Amino acid sequence: MRTYVLGLIANRLGSSALTLLIVSFAVFFATAMLPGDTATILLGQAATPEAVAGLRAAMHLDEPAFLRFARWLVGLLHGDLGTSYVNNVPVADLIGTRFVNTMRLAGITTFFAVPLSLALGITAAMFRGSVYDRVVTVLTIGIISVPEFMIATSAVLLFSVYLKWLPALSFASDATSFAQVLKIYAMPVITLTFVVSAQMIRMTRAAVIDTINTPYVEAAILKGASRWRAVLLHALPNAVGPIANAIALSLSYLVGGVIIVETIFNYPGIAKLMVDGVSTRDLPLIQSCAIIFCVGYLTLITFADIVAILANPRVR
Amino acid sequence: MTTSTALSRRPSYRFSWVGMIGLSIILFWALVALLAPHIVPYPVGEIIDEDYFGPMSGKLLLGSDYLGRDMLSRIIMGARYTVGISLAAVCLACFSGAALGMAAAVIGGWFDTVLSRLLDALNSIPSKLSGLVIAAAVGSSLGVLVVMLAVIYTPGAYRFARSLAVNVNTMDYITVARTRGEGISYIVFSEILPNIIGPLLADFGIRFVFIVLLLSGLSFLGLGVQPPYADWGALVHENIGGLPFGAPAVIVPSLAIASLTISVNLLIDNLPKKIRDRSA
Amino acid sequence: MENLVEIRNLKVEATTDAGRRLEIIKGIDLDIAPGEIVALIGESGSGKTTIALTIMGYARPGCRISGGSITVAGKNMVALGERQRAQVRGLEVSYVPQSAAAAFNPSKRIIDQVVEVTRIHRLMPLAQAREKAISLFRALSLPDPEGIGYRYPHQVSGGQLQRLAAAMALIADPKLVIFDEPTTALDVTTQIEVLRAFKAVMKKSGSAGVYVSHDLAVVAQIADRIVVLRGGEVQEVGNTADILSNARHPYTRELLSAFEPKARGASVVAVAESRPLLQVSGLIAGYGPTQADGLPLVRAVQEASLSLERGRNLGIIGESGCGKSTLARSIAGILPASAGKLTLDGRELARSARQRSREQLRELQIVFQHADTSLNPAKSIEEILGRPLKFYHGMKGKARDARIDELLDMVRLPKSLRSRTPAELSGGQKQRVNFARALAAEPKLIVCDEITSALDTVVAAAVIDLLKEMQRELALSYIFISHDLSVVEAICDEIVVMYNGRKVEEITPARSKVPQHPYSQLLFSSVPKLDPGWLDSLERDPELVKTYVHG
Repeated sequence: MRTYVLGLIANRLGSSALTLLIVSFAVFFATAMLPGDTATILLGQAATPEAVAGLRAAMHLDEPAFLRFARWLVGLLHGDLGTSYVNNVPVADLIGTRFVNTMRLAGITTFFAVPLSLALGITAAMFRGSVYDRVVTVLTIGIISVPEFMIATSAVLLFSVYLKWLPALSFASDATSFAQVLKIYAMPVITLTFVVSAQMIRMTRAAVIDTINTPYVEAAILKGASRWRAVLLHALPNAVGPIANAIALSLSYLVGGVIIVETIFNYPGIAKLMVDGVSTRDLPLIQSCAIIFCVGYLTLITFADIVAILANPRVR
Repeated sequence: MTTSTALSRRPSYRFSWVGMIGLSIILFWALVALLAPHIVPYPVGEIIDEDYFGPMSGKLLLGSDYLGRDMLSRIIMGARYTVGISLAAVCLACFSGAALGMAAAVIGGWFDTVLSRLLDALNSIPSKLSGLVIAAAVGSSLGVLVVMLAVIYTPGAYRFARSLAVNVNTMDYITVARTRGEGISYIVFSEILPNIIGPLLADFGIRFVFIVLLLSGLSFLGLGVQPPYADWGALVHENIGGLPFGAPAVIVPSLAIASLTISVNLLIDNLPKKIRDRSA
Repeated sequence: MENLVEIRNLKVEATTDAGRRLEIIKGIDLDIAPGEIVALIGESGSGKTTIALTIMGYARPGCRISGGSITVAGKNMVALGERQRAQVRGLEVSYVPQSAAAAFNPSKRIIDQVVEVTRIHRLMPLAQAREKAISLFRALSLPDPEGIGYRYPHQVSGGQLQRLAAAMALIADPKLVIFDEPTTALDVTTQIEVLRAFKAVMKKSGSAGVYVSHDLAVVAQIADRIVVLRGGEVQEVGNTADILSNARHPYTRELLSAFEPKARGASVVAVAESRPLLQVSGLIAGYGPTQADGLPLVRAVQEASLSLERGRNLGIIGESGCGKSTLARSIAGILPASAGKLTLDGRELARSARQRSREQLRELQIVFQHADTSLNPAKSIEEILGRPLKFYHGMKGKARDARIDELLDMVRLPKSLRSRTPAELSGGQKQRVNFARALAAEPKLIVCDEITSALDTVVAAAVIDLLKEMQRELALSYIFISHDLSVVEAICDEIVVMYNGRKVEEITPARSKVPQHPYSQLLFSSVPKLDPGWLDSLERDPELVKTYVHG
C-alpha cells in the first residue's frame, strides 16, 4: 500500500515537472516571438550592422530558438536569471529583496484569507439555502464579478478619502514602527483578502456541499447525529482533498491580485517590477518573474494534490 | 415573480425577474456600444471643461476627466472597446475550445492525451501573467488584444467542453451510434453537441466575464487598449489621479464594468428554465 | 397490546425542479405492533422508502411531511423539533440502507461507525460498545468478528457490509429497525446468507421491523404482514400468508402473477433449418494493458464458445462480475475480443465493430439495460427511430414517417409519442423505444443486455411478452443476458451459466431442467420462492457455498 501511495505521489510530481517544462517553453517562445530584432531594438535604429551582429552573437540570438531555450533553461536551473536589457544588472539582483516583499504580502493575505474562507465556506454549505448562505453567495459573486482594481480603489475611497484612517499609498521602506507597518500593509492585504477569499469561499462551499449530499452523511443524521456532528465528523474528513484543491486553485487569484495591488499601492514587489518591465520591454526580467510566479503556483497545486492523495482512505 | 404559461403541451419556460434585470442591462450596453458615435453628447477627444476632474453637473452628466473631457461621452465610446474586444475574443476562444474539446473526447487516444497535456499546462499559467508576457512581447494593438485574450482563454474552454463531452461519450446512446457505424462528425454534432449546448453557452457567458475583467485589468495597468482609444479599464488608468478627490471620472468606469459583469453572472445563474414536470 | 408505531393520514409533498409541489404520499394509515415485522412492498415511485423514512421524522431534501401524524412509542415525530427527533433516531428507530457501501463513511473504520450511535446518545463506555458490536458481528455470522470492524469499508465485500450495517442499526437495541431494500444490490447466492442473518438477529432481539422491498419472494421469508403500495397509496394490507395465497386487490395479483413460471413454448420457426446463426469459439476478452501473450491483463471472459441456431434464443446467466456483459459487448464488437472467432450467418465477423461492414452491423443489434442512457435525451422519439432507417435503408420523407409509425405500433406505443423526448416517457416506454430502434435496422439477431433489470416486475413481464411476439412475427433470434433466472427461463431455448469468466454449463430446459454443475445448482436453488417456508427449509452444502459465494 505504501509503495502504491509513493507511486501516486511520484507520478504527480513527474506530471508537475512536465507541466513546468511546457509552461517555461510557452513563456520563452511567447517572448521570443518578438517582432523585430532584439539586438536592433536594444541598440536603436542608428546602430551599425557590425554592432548589431556583434550583439546578436554575444546574446546567442543567431542560434536556433530551441538551443536558446535549452541554454536559458539550464541557466534558470543554475539560478542564472539573465541580465536586464534596460539597466544591464543581473535580474537576480533586481528581484532579490522584492521577492521577499511579495512573499510577505502573499503570506499575510493567506494567513487571513484561508481561515476566513474555510469558516464562511463550510458554514454556508451547512446552512445551504438559508438567508446567511444567500448573503454569502451574493457577496462572493459580486466580488468575483468586479475587477481587482475596483476593490482596491473602493478601499482607498472608503478608508483614506472618506474615513481618512489610512494613507492612500504605502512605501514599505518608510516603516519604522509597528503601527506604521500595520498602516502600510492594511490596504493591500484587505484588498487581496477580498479578491482571494471570494473565490475560496465559493469553491470550499461547493466542495463541502458535494460531501454533505452523500448517503453516509444521511446515514449519520439517521443515527441521531446533530447537523454539526454530521458535517464536522463525517463530511469534512472526506472533503479535505477537494478543499485543499479549492484553496490552491483560489490562490491563483492571488497572482492576478498581487499584480494589480502592487501597482496601485506602489508596493515594491516583483509584480510591480514585472509590470514596469513590460512597459520597458525588459524581456529577461519578464521571463524570470513569469517563471517565479508559475513555479509558485504549480508548487501550491501539486502540494494540494498530494494532500488529496494522502487524505484518501482508499489508498492509505 | 415568475412568468410561466402552464397547462400547455409545448414545453413552457420560467424566467425569474433577476435574470430579466441582468438581460436588460446587457442589452442596454450592447445598444450603447452599437450606437455609440450617434449618441455621444460631445466628441470624445474634445476638451469641454476648463476644470479637470469636474463633478457631475447638468452640462457634464458624469463630470470631466483629467483633461476636462466629457466623461459620459468617453464611457459611451469605451463600451465599444470593452464589449467589442471581449465579445470577439470570447467567440474565438469558445469556438476553438469547444471544437477541440469535443473532438478530443470522441477521438481519444494520443490525440486527446497530447492536446490535453499541452492545454492543461497552458491553463495553469495565471491569466494576468500570460497577458503581461504577451503584451511585453507583441505589444497591444486592438487586433493583438483580441487574439491574446482568445489564446489565454481557449485552454479553459477546451477543458470545460472536453469534460462535458467525455461524460456524454460514455453514454450508451453513443455506443449505439458507434455500433451502428456512424462517423466522428455525426457523433460530435448530432449526438454530443445538442446535449452540452446549454452548459457551453453558460461557459461562454462566464468566460466573457473573465475576458472583460482581464482586458480591464490590463488596460488599468496601461498595457491594454492604448490611446487615443480607451476602454473602461483605460479610463480608470487615465484618471487614477482623481482617486484622492473621489472624482466621478475614476469611479464611473469601474461601475460600468461591474454593471456589465454582474449582469452576465445574474443572467447565467437565472437562465430561463424549461419546466420539466411530467403531466402527472 | 398498544401499537409501537401509529401512522395516521400521512401526507408527504415533493417540490419538483420547476418549483411545483406534488403530493407523493397521499394519506396513509399504518400500525406496527411491538416485535412485528411489516413489509412495505411496491414498485419504484410507490413511496415505500419515503414512508419508511418518515417514521424517523426524516424527509429527503426536496420532500416535506405536509400532514398527518406519526406516533412512535408515544411521541409524534411530526410535531417534534429537530433535536428531539435526533434523540429518537438510532436509539429507538434505526435504519439499514439499500447500499451499505455508500452509507458507510469511506474515511472511518467500520467499528467506529458501528458504535457511533452509543457515543451520540451516551449509552455505554466505548469498550463495552465494541464488545457488543463484536457479539453482533458474530450473531450476523460475519467472518473474523474480532477483526472485521477494524477495516475500512472498501476492504469488505458488499454482502458483509450489508450485515455490518445491520449491526450498526442494532447496537442500541432499538424498538424498530427499518430495512430499506437491504439485499437488492446483492447477488442471489449472497442474498440468502444476509437474509438468514437478518432473520436470526431480529428474532433474537425481538425488535419490530419495517422491511422495504420490491421483491415479494424476499419479503415472504421475513415479514409477518405485508402492505402493498402504489402511487403513494395503500392498495392492500394483510398477513403474509393471506396476501400470498388469497390476494384480493388486482394490483397485488398482478405482482404475484409475475412469479408464475412461464413456459417458453416451442420455437415457432421450424427447427428443420438448423443452420447456426451465430457461432462463437474460444472467445477471450478483458481489460487493461495487453500482456506478452497478446491477451489483456484482466480477462473477464475466458475461452467462451457458444452457438445459436436461427429462430432460437440463448440465455446467458450469471452473477455480477461473471463476464456475461463483457461477452455481450465482445459479440457486438464494442469491446473487441483478444482471441477467438465469431461467425454470423456463415460469414466471419471482425472482432471490432469498426471493421465490420455496415450490413453486418445492421444484422446484429444490441439493446442495453438502461433505457435512460441508451436514448439521446436531446432528441425526439421520431429522430431516434428515424436515424437507423435513413442510415441502413436510406429511407426518407413519407416512407420513413410511415415506418416510424409502424415501429411504434409494433412495440405497442401510441403514435402521439413521436414528438416527445425520452425524458417525457416512463421507464417501460423508454425500453420499448430502445427495442424499436433495434428493430428498425431489421436485424437477424438482437443482443439484449439485462434489458428488464431496471424495470419493475409487472413492466418487465410485459416487455418479455413483447419480445416473444416480435420473434413470432419477424423470425428474430435473441441472446438474452440476465442475472434473473426466471426472465431467462421465460424466453430462452438454451441457457448458458457463467461463473468467473467461464461458461460452466449449457442447459436446454426443454430437455432437462436440472442443472448438473454444482455452481448452477447453487445458483438455481438460491432464487427466492414465494413460499414463506422456503428460506428456512433451504439446505445448502457449506463446502459449495464456501467455494462459490464470496459476498
